[in-house]
Amino acid sequence: MKPAVWPRDEARLLQVDPMARTVADRRLPDLPSLLRANDVLVVNDAATLPASLSGSTRRGPVEARLAGPGETDRDWTAVLFGAGSWRQRTEDRPPPPELSPGEWIRFGDELSAEVRGVSPVSPRLVDLRFAEGGEALWSALYRQGRPVQYSYLCGPLALWHVQTAYGSRPWAVEMPSAGRPLGVALLGQLRRRGVGIATVTHAAGLSSSGDPGLDARLPLPERFEVPPSTVEAIHAARGAAGRVLAVGTSVVRALEAGATHDGHVRSGRGVAALRISAGFEPRVVDGLLTGVHEPGTSHFELLKAFAAEPLLEEARARAEGWGYLGHEFGDLSLILGG
Amino acid sequence: MQLEGAAAALVGPLDLLVHDASTLGKVPLRELAETECEDLARVLEVNLVGPFRLTKAVVGSMVLRGRGLVLGITSDAGVVGYPRWGAYGVSKAALDHLMRTWAAELEGTGVRFLSLDPGEMDTAMHAEAMPDADRSNLASPAEVAARVVDLVQSIESLPSGARLDSAQIARVA
Repeated sequence: MKPAVWPRDEARLLQVDPMARTVADRRLPDLPSLLRANDVLVVNDAATLPASLSGSTRRGPVEARLAGPGETDRDWTAVLFGAGSWRQRTEDRPPPPELSPGEWIRFGDELSAEVRGVSPVSPRLVDLRFAEGGEALWSALYRQGRPVQYSYLCGPLALWHVQTAYGSRPWAVEMPSAGRPLGVALLGQLRRRGVGIATVTHAAGLSSSGDPGLDARLPLPERFEVPPSTVEAIHAARGAAGRVLAVGTSVVRALEAGATHDGHVRSGRGVAALRISAGFEPRVVDGLLTGVHEPGTSHFELLKAFAAEPLLEEARARAEGWGYLGHEFGDLSLILGG
Repeated sequence: MQLEGAAAALVGPLDLLVHDASTLGKVPLRELAETECEDLARVLEVNLVGPFRLTKAVVGSMVLRGRGLVLGITSDAGVVGYPRWGAYGVSKAALDHLMRTWAAELEGTGVRFLSLDPGEMDTAMHAEAMPDADRSNLASPAEVAARVVDLVQSIESLPSGARLDSAQIARVA
C-alpha cells in the first residue's frame, strides 16, 4: 500500500465487520452513522513530544529519540541514531558511535545529557540523565526538539503536524496517529448522536529503531493512565448494550492492560507490556478505529485479536485496490462488529 | 504549540487560557497614513494570530474534557476609532470578534470565551503610548489582575462570547 506522503485533511474509512465478514469503502464523515447511541469512543489524549534531538559527542554526531522518562525528572531512555537525516530510512542510517556510561551528549546550546547506562539488548538503547530538569528541561526540549520524522514523507514535519485535535498531555514520543483525522466538529457530531467520548493517556512509543534486534521488541513497555471518568463511561456503555471502540492500538493496549480477568477496567496508572495478537481475547474493547496496517507489523498482529486473519488480508487487499493510503498520515479502518 | 506543550508538561492539561500578551506596534503611536504595512502585519501577528494559534492548540482538549475558559484581554481602542491607535485598535477589535466566533462555534461544549477590557492601567505599555498621562488616574495592574481572578471564579453567570469593560468586571468580581 502506498503511504500518505504528507498530512491530509480527510481520510477514507475501511469498514470491516468481523461478525458479518464484510468489508466496505466509506469516508470518515460516515463514522457517526456507523455508531449508535450508548457506544463509547475512547481516544488517547497524549500530545506528541518533540522527541528528536540533534546532538554531538566526542565520537561524532547523534540523533537521540526520546523513548520514555526514567526515575527522576532529568532521566530519559533514548534510542540513538548515527549521522544522516530524516530522508534516510532508519534501517539505512549509520549506527551511532558506541558510547559508554559517563560520556556526554550536547544538544545545541541549551541541553546536555550524560549516558548513564547502555542496554544489553542494543547499544542504541541508552539511559540519559540531562544536566537540566523541570521547567528548564521542558522549555529547552520544546525549543530544540523536533518531532520524529518519517523518510517516506515529502518534507519535514513540524510539531503541529503530529498532534491530534484534543491531545493535551505530552507523553507520546510518536503521534497516536489513528486520532489525528478526528476533528472537533466530528467529535461534536458523535456526541450529538449519543456516542460517549472518553480518554486514556498512553505514551505511544517509537515505531522504529533501525536495529532489527531492538525493533523485534517494539513496542517497548509504555506508561498509561485511565481516569475514573473513563471507567464510568465504559461501565455506562456496557449497561446500555453499547460498544467500546478504541481509537488506535495504544488505547487497546492501555484498556486491556488495565483490565481485571473479568473485564473490569481499573482507573489509575500502569505500564502496558502486554503483546496483543491472534488468540488474545479482548476483555474490554469491542472494536477499534486504526490505520490500514500491513501484515508483518505489530499493529497488524494486534488486529488479529479482533478479526480473523483471512478477513484482515482480504480487507487490506481491497483497500489497496481502492487506492487507500497507509502509514502515519494514511486512511483509517474501523474494525467493529454489529 | 511550544508554549502549550511545555506548560502542559509542567502543570497538566490547561483549563484557563488568558491572552494577555500584546504589542502597540511602533511608538510613538502614529496615524494609519504613517503606519507601514509591515508594522500593521506585525501587530496583527502578535495580538490576533498568536492568540488564535494558542487557542487552537488548547481548545480541542478543553472540548473533550467539557470545560475550559479562554479570556481575551482587550481595549476600548477596539470599539472606538481613536486617532493614532489604528493598528492596536484593529487588532483588539479582531480579537473580540475571534472570541465571539469561537464562543458561537463551541456553544454547548462547556468551553467558554470572554473578552475583558481592564481599562487604563499603569503599565510600561501605557507609558509608551501616552507618556504625558497622569499616572495617578490609572488602575494598578495587580489590583485588576486580582479582580480578573475573582471574576474567573464566578464565570458561570456570564454568557460565553460576552465582552466586559472595567466597570462590568468590577461589578461581577
